[in-house]
Amino acid sequence: MTGNGHGATLAEKILARASGLEKVVPGQIVDGRVDLAMMHEQGAQTVGPFHEMGAKKVWDPDRVVIAIDHWVPASTEGAAVLHRILRKFAEEQHLPHFYDVGRHGICHQILAEDGWVVQGDLAVGTDSHTNMLGAMGAVAAGIGPTEMAAVLALGRIWLKVPPTVHVRVRGTLGPGVTAKDLVLRVLGEIKTTGATYKAVEFSGPTIERLSMPERFTLCNMTTEMGAKCGMIAPDATTADFLRPIAKHAAHPVHADADAQYERLVEIDVDGMPPMVACPYSPDNVRPLPEVAREHIKVDQVFLGSCTNARIEDLREGAAVLRGHKVAPGVRFIVSPASTKIYQQALDEGLIKEYTEAGAVFTNSSCSACFGGNMGILAPDEVCASSSNRNFPGRMGAKNARIYLLSPAATVASAILGEVADHRSLN
Amino acid sequence: MRDVIEGRVWTLGGDVDTDQIISGKYLTIIDPEELKKHVFEIALPEFAEAARPGDIVIAGENLGCGSSREHAPAALKAIGVTAIVADSFARIFFRNSINLGLPAIEVRGVRELFEQGDTARISMSGGTVTNVRTGKSVHFPPLPAHLLELLEVGGLVEKVRLELAHSETPATA
Repeated sequence: MTGNGHGATLAEKILARASGLEKVVPGQIVDGRVDLAMMHEQGAQTVGPFHEMGAKKVWDPDRVVIAIDHWVPASTEGAAVLHRILRKFAEEQHLPHFYDVGRHGICHQILAEDGWVVQGDLAVGTDSHTNMLGAMGAVAAGIGPTEMAAVLALGRIWLKVPPTVHVRVRGTLGPGVTAKDLVLRVLGEIKTTGATYKAVEFSGPTIERLSMPERFTLCNMTTEMGAKCGMIAPDATTADFLRPIAKHAAHPVHADADAQYERLVEIDVDGMPPMVACPYSPDNVRPLPEVAREHIKVDQVFLGSCTNARIEDLREGAAVLRGHKVAPGVRFIVSPASTKIYQQALDEGLIKEYTEAGAVFTNSSCSACFGGNMGILAPDEVCASSSNRNFPGRMGAKNARIYLLSPAATVASAILGEVADHRSLN
Repeated sequence: MRDVIEGRVWTLGGDVDTDQIISGKYLTIIDPEELKKHVFEIALPEFAEAARPGDIVIAGENLGCGSSREHAPAALKAIGVTAIVADSFARIFFRNSINLGLPAIEVRGVRELFEQGDTARISMSGGTVTNVRTGKSVHFPPLPAHLLELLEVGGLVEKVRLELAHSETPATA
């Protein structure tokens, strides 16, 4: 997999199949057949252009998923209108796969847990973190709502074949060190522009041992590297995950042994501490123990988002929380990534544990992550978060400061009231 | 799309993400006329009030990184911005701009040639961006034919409309 020859990368193989070509090369513009199209509230802006294009019918209703997630239930009149536009469109176009309030979840999590994206797919969605689904061994990319209108009309999309950055990871993640810490470490290396327009392909022995939820976290944050898509070659772990849930047939492909990569980034995680992305960029990454020594007080803590709010993340957080309380003066918000995860948390007693410790456990949504719904930060406030972005104004006030952490470290920060290393708690 | 685009310049720094262009609290607004009142509220607070049709935005690296929100280029288009030039663009912002028929031009080294209020002259076919005040120019490789074609017809909506109309026209002998 380290070759620098003329073979094809995973992204090139998938895009070649999608566009019906034998071989594609980076820079080539191809017209790809879409296997799955996903919309959330931004899809309300797709409906207008869809009609303006003169389109009458969605190309394949079984390949379209609508999942509302940013404002659930609608928290403003504007959001209610967006939801209504989507409901009406789904009804008119006979789109059966509409995850409305009550069976909702964060769009990427819905795609993952219901098997909407499978090995070898070309998937597009109206959200930048669609990259997460690349963990299935697929090309999954975020697009805008006008582009989505063209996809719904034609079932195709123009794409520039990206060069691939190969991230090879070896070593063993230490106790309390997670996939989130790994992806932050990679972000520190590649930076927020290092993979712009590119594919990021993870491989190596460490990656092969990761579970699907961990792979989702990894591919999710390739968006913060600027990447068109982030991906992991499909293997037995992928197949085991998808077998009971896959919605359509897979076309697993792998990179050639002599694939031509633009760049190789090698990461050794042996001895790597937990990491934290400091304000105001996800690539401003430092070792957590170093930052924890600065005792940075937090006003709010958020355990949520498509990056880290799966049941495994909630369990990881609960294990840290057990026997502790949320620090006085700290608002701790927990928002599971889907209704299914909410129900699992209920069954496992996690909701009781979190709320008894002083957390607010909300229904599933994007929640505080994007600063437009709930859990909004006031000027000068500080937030520790398991989410993915900490740009100025991301969660509210322009100068609010956001620290991005693993779920375990996020919970430790809620307990101690400062940006904390969970390994220092007993 | 005109071949030569000339206009007053608004300058921005690097890594201006979509939160700084249209912040999260305005995401439920879909009317571009309403959106344009809030554009660059975080990055360039005076812009929404003072920008005029024909203005050009020139930014540093990675313009439009972050969310996939089309609100950002849609608001700039509603204001009447005729071109967005940057040292580099984030991917989705670039695609959204072109798909809306708004020229997004990537030119390495362009940002440092301009100060707020300068006049820029862009030659699409010549592949140059010139500061009219200083006379300094930078070159860019012409956009790929596919993207030029999109801009020529006025964006993706028009392109697909033509394609669908064409495919529905019965073939004549």
